[in-house]
Amino acid sequence: MSGSTPNTGANRIAGKGRLSPAKTVSFTFDGKSYNALEGDTLASALLANGVHLAGRSFKYHRPRGILGAGSEEPNALIDISRDSARRQPNIRATVQPVFDGMIAKSQNRFPSLSFDVGAINDGMGRFFSAGFYYKTFMWPQKAWDSVYEPFIRKAAGLGESPDEADPDHYANRFAHCDVLIVGAGAAGLQAALVAGKSGKQVIICDEQEEMGGALLSDATSKIDGKPAAEWADDAKAKLAQMDNVTVLPRTTAFGYYNHNMVTLTELVTEHIANPDPDLPRERCWQVRANKVVLATGAIERHIVFPDNDRPGIMMASAAQTYLNRYGVAVGRNVAVYTSCDSAYSVAFDLKRAGIEIPAIIDMRETIDQALLSEAEELGIRVLKGFAVVGTKGRLRVKEIAVQPVNGENVEHFAIDCLLMGGGWTPSVHLFSQSRGRVKFDDETGTFLPDIYTEDCISIGSCNGTHDLSSAMAEASAAAKDAVGGKAPKAVKVADGPRMSGFHIGSAKGAGPEDFTKAFIDYQNDVTAKDVRLAVREGFHSIEHVKRYTTTGMASDQGKMSNMHGLAIAAEALDKPIPEVGLTTFRSPYTPVTFGTLVGHNKGELFDVTRKTPMHDWHVENGADFEDVGNWKRAWYYPQAGEDMHAAVNRECKATREAAGIFDASTLGKIEVVGPDAVKFMNMMYTNPWDKLGVGRLRYGIMCREDGFIYDDGVVARLAEDRFHVTTTTGGAPRVLNMMEDYLQTEFPEWKVWLTSTSEQWAVIAVQGPKAREIIEPLVEGIDLSNEALSHMSVSEGKICGVPTRLMRMSFTGETGFEINVPADYGRKVWEAIYELGKPLGMTPYGTEAMHVLRAEKGYIIVGQDTDGTVTPHDANVGWAIGKKKTDFVGIKGLQRPDLVAEGRRQLVGLKTMDPKIVLEEGAQVVDDPNHAIPIPMIGFVTSSYWSECLDKSIAMVLIENGHNRLGETVHIPMPDEIIKAEICSPVFYDPEGGRTNG
Amino acid sequence: MANAERIHPLDARVFGGNGVVLNPVEARERISLRADDKAIAGLGKAIGLTLPKKPGKTISKGEVSALWIGPDEWLIIAAEGSDVETKLNKVKTGLYSVVAVNHRNTAIVVSGINAVNALNGGCPRDLSLEAFPVGDCSRTIIGKAEVVLWRLAEDSFHVECWRSFSDYVWKYLSDSAKSA
Amino acid sequence: MLLIHCPYCEKDLPETEFHGEGEAHIDRPTNMADISDAEFEKFFFIRENHKGIVFERWRHLHGCGRFFNAVRHSVSDKFIMTYKAGVKKPKPTKKDIEAVLPPAKSTPANEPIYADAVKGKK
Repeated sequence: MSGSTPNTGANRIAGKGRLSPAKTVSFTFDGKSYNALEGDTLASALLANGVHLAGRSFKYHRPRGILGAGSEEPNALIDISRDSARRQPNIRATVQPVFDGMIAKSQNRFPSLSFDVGAINDGMGRFFSAGFYYKTFMWPQKAWDSVYEPFIRKAAGLGESPDEADPDHYANRFAHCDVLIVGAGAAGLQAALVAGKSGKQVIICDEQEEMGGALLSDATSKIDGKPAAEWADDAKAKLAQMDNVTVLPRTTAFGYYNHNMVTLTELVTEHIANPDPDLPRERCWQVRANKVVLATGAIERHIVFPDNDRPGIMMASAAQTYLNRYGVAVGRNVAVYTSCDSAYSVAFDLKRAGIEIPAIIDMRETIDQALLSEAEELGIRVLKGFAVVGTKGRLRVKEIAVQPVNGENVEHFAIDCLLMGGGWTPSVHLFSQSRGRVKFDDETGTFLPDIYTEDCISIGSCNGTHDLSSAMAEASAAAKDAVGGKAPKAVKVADGPRMSGFHIGSAKGAGPEDFTKAFIDYQNDVTAKDVRLAVREGFHSIEHVKRYTTTGMASDQGKMSNMHGLAIAAEALDKPIPEVGLTTFRSPYTPVTFGTLVGHNKGELFDVTRKTPMHDWHVENGADFEDVGNWKRAWYYPQAGEDMHAAVNRECKATREAAGIFDASTLGKIEVVGPDAVKFMNMMYTNPWDKLGVGRLRYGIMCREDGFIYDDGVVARLAEDRFHVTTTTGGAPRVLNMMEDYLQTEFPEWKVWLTSTSEQWAVIAVQGPKAREIIEPLVEGIDLSNEALSHMSVSEGKICGVPTRLMRMSFTGETGFEINVPADYGRKVWEAIYELGKPLGMTPYGTEAMHVLRAEKGYIIVGQDTDGTVTPHDANVGWAIGKKKTDFVGIKGLQRPDLVAEGRRQLVGLKTMDPKIVLEEGAQVVDDPNHAIPIPMIGFVTSSYWSECLDKSIAMVLIENGHNRLGETVHIPMPDEIIKAEICSPVFYDPEGGRTNG
Repeated sequence: MANAERIHPLDARVFGGNGVVLNPVEARERISLRADDKAIAGLGKAIGLTLPKKPGKTISKGEVSALWIGPDEWLIIAAEGSDVETKLNKVKTGLYSVVAVNHRNTAIVVSGINAVNALNGGCPRDLSLEAFPVGDCSRTIIGKAEVVLWRLAEDSFHVECWRSFSDYVWKYLSDSAKSA
Repeated sequence: MLLIHCPYCEKDLPETEFHGEGEAHIDRPTNMADISDAEFEKFFFIRENHKGIVFERWRHLHGCGRFFNAVRHSVSDKFIMTYKAGVKKPKPTKKDIEAVLPPAKSTPANEPIYADAVKGKK
């Protein structure tokens, strides 16, 4: 029977299936080599080679076989790899196309799939009942770290995650369309044909390699006079001709979000042996559709009976798919256990293909006469009102025990495969994710879409419309409704198998009195018994039952198990199913890789890296960088043999003794322009601005309404109606946002505009006693003398022939200039200054030296010395509050009782008794280290450095009542010592401030 | 002494492939223009065009283009030497703010049959011709960067961003183009 | 991802271009320095944050840059309208509100935890 293609498996049936027998590929499974046909899934290829045993179960390590033929597969989870870096665990064999050279491995077994030591758990079943972990790993607490957690970690989780970096890349695509059709079975294809003809933008996606859904395995239905699969081929060919239709196979819609946003994951190269390295491995589509058409189909339910999980026991519809689509017989001697008409057509197809069907065991007493006649014609025995009550066979089912539903006599059948047909569960997952409400339909025992909240429509079997003719009509109507236009021509359909009849909950042999393992959730090893136990133990909400038993919580999210779990819980609770309710459907519909979610945002695109115009110079001169927000800032410039400490010491000394050059380009800058600019500045900053003359600078403090410091920076008045405002590096966006907020919503009538100029200007700080001497030769049109350009002044002119806003200011306590030049000139101007400065002892200094130099002067850094609870008074900049102002942001906050109270934490200096000890930033300060624990904390260290210039350590602390405690001793308890220190002024260097005026 | 040279943030980059070409735009004069209603006519006249008042529209005349960014905000892009800053600042009617952003911003022209797909790798906007016709512009995002997107032709876009984001935007578009 | 109508750009645009800015129609007192602590508390700290129809501020941050207001149902996430800053607080009609309500519970499906919790309290 396997005549023409013997090399791709003994179970290939000549003349069956849609795969070209000419193309074969080879792969390995657990080290053994097999051949397959191109187009096979791993599951069909294994079954063709007689392999049912595909894995071990999660908890009991029971041997498990391939159960289905689609994405709902709970058992056959396989580790797939191309090479050591390209390995993915937990791939469902039923959806993974075989490619040449594929390496497949079973999971959750040791040492081998057929002999697994973990299977001892199976015998210990009564110890592993629902809630086992909750009940067992309770005490002693110490055992958590050493025993329980390592054990649980080892036992939990399926598969092994890859340990090499992922060499592939992933893509993202935002797309917009008129109609998105999810699912390309009969209904989806028909909807796409109708919508496509309108010329509107249509996207149709389907999770499978080949579109067509159930049509591809339907040997009896006819559409437009053609066999179903042929019609599907024609439909696909027509869609391919339509420019306005995007056809996405291997693409799963996994999430449905607000306002008709649906996310899809497209497997771009998973089916290709040697993919082009430029192709992304997966692509995430974020589709916004005017109308979403859900044609997601239905999933066949299994039957809950004792030992219903042996390899060789599988879904009836899956067997039909393997036969009609892949040309593979799942067994040679196949029994069918059903409560649904659709399983009969499976038995008939198999029988016609030469497979022995010893019996159809149907739970129902009354069965459609046409089915019975056809069975009789084919010589198939039908047992009406019978149940399968037991199975045998360790690694493959070999025998079943059959008993009348209402009787005792047991009959045994020798078989090599048992098919189950428990009815169909419409896939309402996406509909439910869209926040649509479902309603329980007693007639069919299913939840069906009821109330829509998004602009979508369910058609076909996901809507409970199971017969082909009705589904096609529903599809045409939905598509026409979505795109308008004339009603499409009716499609002539000769219906094939009917899908009536169902069973949910436990079947005979798995009832409350039976001590048997009848699985409802294969992947998490949950049995009917476990659900009943959970209800007995007091879990009455289905959400609680789910979490306690873990039913439906595996990676298949209970696609097959949920209805059974619900029905058994309802029975145990003695409530009708709709009263128990469904658990919530959540995204993703099927597991999605991190790659899909990450898309382009990996490697150097993980986040934006902002670099200043002088960045390359810093690199060339050996700088180490620190991240400040998204910026890379030069941290220090180590010379040969220097560590960070030595480099920073040298940079600080050089700056104080000669000069330093510093890249301050990252500072935020905002140009405030308009006749109401002063008024606006008065409102936003605590300072008064009216009297700041043109050409002058002032240090400004900005609070929030609560009176706490929000940002600070030096502000230049360039004209009556124009300010150049600087902000902290990290604060730039939020400061501008807050300013815009006040301007647009509180003071929209004020004539003033804000423009971010952070990146318009490169800022070169030149600081130190020789600063003026160094830059003077480069500057044109500005008198740099102390008289003409005194400390805190600004003048516009030229440097190196390009425009500059040259500010005389200092964040170091030395004579200093901040030279703003248009950014593209930054590097060349920097180089020109450095060339002149180097012979005079000038050094570039980084952010670390900048921090030390400013701390020596007691200058604060917002966000380091303040934390959102510090007022200007607390931070010694109360002088920056305009006392006569009647309003500014924070004026009321600053009057609040707590903010004016005595004894607040205030910023002061701290000198350690041993000047060599540098305190740790963040260290807590206490008064009495001998106080009983817990010792009251009175403050903490905000900044702490070694000051090379002062030859001692310096620190700033926020400490209770600090301003009134100068000279007092406090303690800083550290793990190995208690450090003594004295509270002092935070200005350690040049307290008179003469040096800035040099 | 020679004047300091200008270094373009995207100097000497090229990308082409898979139906997408990226080209850095050379130096331009750029003004962030803010104005009240009374000033609009005069400001437009000063640079030889009419400032667009409709959201998301652009008006170009010769080497000068005005992009509507917000209800009182335009981005003026002009060839070097147009001296639009001086011209705008001479206007006497109405109130306005002229701020040069010629070094803050830089731009990339994205063109080719797959240009839309490359952009939609990171830009969530509907870039169909119906939703975003030739001549439309808007501030929006690409990946994690803010940009101003301006459709020059059916398959050609001007992508304007701040200079320190330009390396990211360039690399993002190159990566996206590969899988367009 | 929401689709938000910007009243200045006059288009429905993706949420990622926008930034939520909290509750709308809270005016900053014009006599800020003179208000009582209780008034300040109400102005600065107290927000409704209720389930149902909310008036909220958005900024089209990565777009036209404008602040504007919206009326949205915080459960269904559907907008009744958006409007420019400074426009008087609108009064949505009964019809407006009905159009954005989350669907009535046709069955207890999807809500079992809450149903149970309520029952448990009795």
